[in-house]
Amino acid sequence: MSDASFDTSCDTREAEFGDYFALLKPRVMSLVVFTALVGLAVAPVGVHPLIAFASILFIAVGGGASGALNMWWDADIDRLMKRTQSRPIPSGKVSEGEALSLGVILSFFACVMLALAANIMAGALLAFTIFFYVVIYTMWLKRWTPQNIVIGGAAGAFPPMIGWAVATGGVSIESILMFALTFAWTPPHFWALALFTKGDYANAGVPMMTVTHGRKATRAHILGYSLVLALVAIALGVTSIGGPTYMVVAVVLNAMFIKGAWDVFRRNDDASEADKHKAERGLFKLSLAYLFLHYGALLIEAGLKPYGLGGWG
Amino acid sequence: MAFKEDHELHKRRFGRNLGLGLVLIGFVALVYGITVVKVGELYKPAAEASE
Repeated sequence: MSDASFDTSCDTREAEFGDYFALLKPRVMSLVVFTALVGLAVAPVGVHPLIAFASILFIAVGGGASGALNMWWDADIDRLMKRTQSRPIPSGKVSEGEALSLGVILSFFACVMLALAANIMAGALLAFTIFFYVVIYTMWLKRWTPQNIVIGGAAGAFPPMIGWAVATGGVSIESILMFALTFAWTPPHFWALALFTKGDYANAGVPMMTVTHGRKATRAHILGYSLVLALVAIALGVTSIGGPTYMVVAVVLNAMFIKGAWDVFRRNDDASEADKHKAERGLFKLSLAYLFLHYGALLIEAGLKPYGLGGWG
Repeated sequence: MAFKEDHELHKRRFGRNLGLGLVLIGFVALVYGITVVKVGELYKPAAEASE
């Protein structure tokens, strides 16, 4: 080895721990954790704090695993879109095979552990959520229909149902309406964003409502879903987990939301361009607060119940 | 030529291994805690009945 020289340069793209964590879509996971926590906390059955913590953790891991599988399947289009080019797979830090392995292993792990820590129903619901997001949404419908946002929203709406199932072991009208709240909220939330951002989904071959049906139809869809959303939000208020505090929040927020959706519906793109999409931006910002405040109000109702104040008495 | 043990690559791998190690320790602690709670719940009805 007299003249052998070692090449000390290395593949600078080799993944760090954080890159594997990024595969789990931590930002999406935070919404999953919050809504699952509310679903668990408002349920009428008490859960030991450690079991509750472990269950929320396994739900988050399951949600993260489906995120990793989504990134594995969508690696080809993630390379084409600016917003997603820095994700672990397109940036070359994690291989597609690694993402697939991590996603599959964590999916099984999360479902089995949730079933053991909480109950079979919660584990089964988590398994169905992962299947729905990965197979139905990501593999099948995302690139096929402009209703992809609606389908994807369903997957994101399951966590409060799972949280409820952790406590009660079942499904009820309350958990179905919590699911429906996030489900009906997702389309106006994303389509409001799509109206003022120049997304590059079209280049990647993903059909978006603004491109396939036009922006006018998108505005009409936003208004339609906002009306459905208001019905769901008010209906949730008259169930056992609603109450006066929730109802006041729901009535005020839904009146504001429908007004915002109406303003977006009434104008055309010229008016929108003229004031830099003020109404569309306003509706998007309101939608962010909307979901947080609705679930927050449900938490307040649950928190007041031990003092004889929450709920409808 | 000297082989640098503290190459940036080694630090990165160490960070990865450390992260995984901590996750595993946390998991073991969590399973232990869940087991204690579950076993406690098994004996709870009997304990309450005897009171």
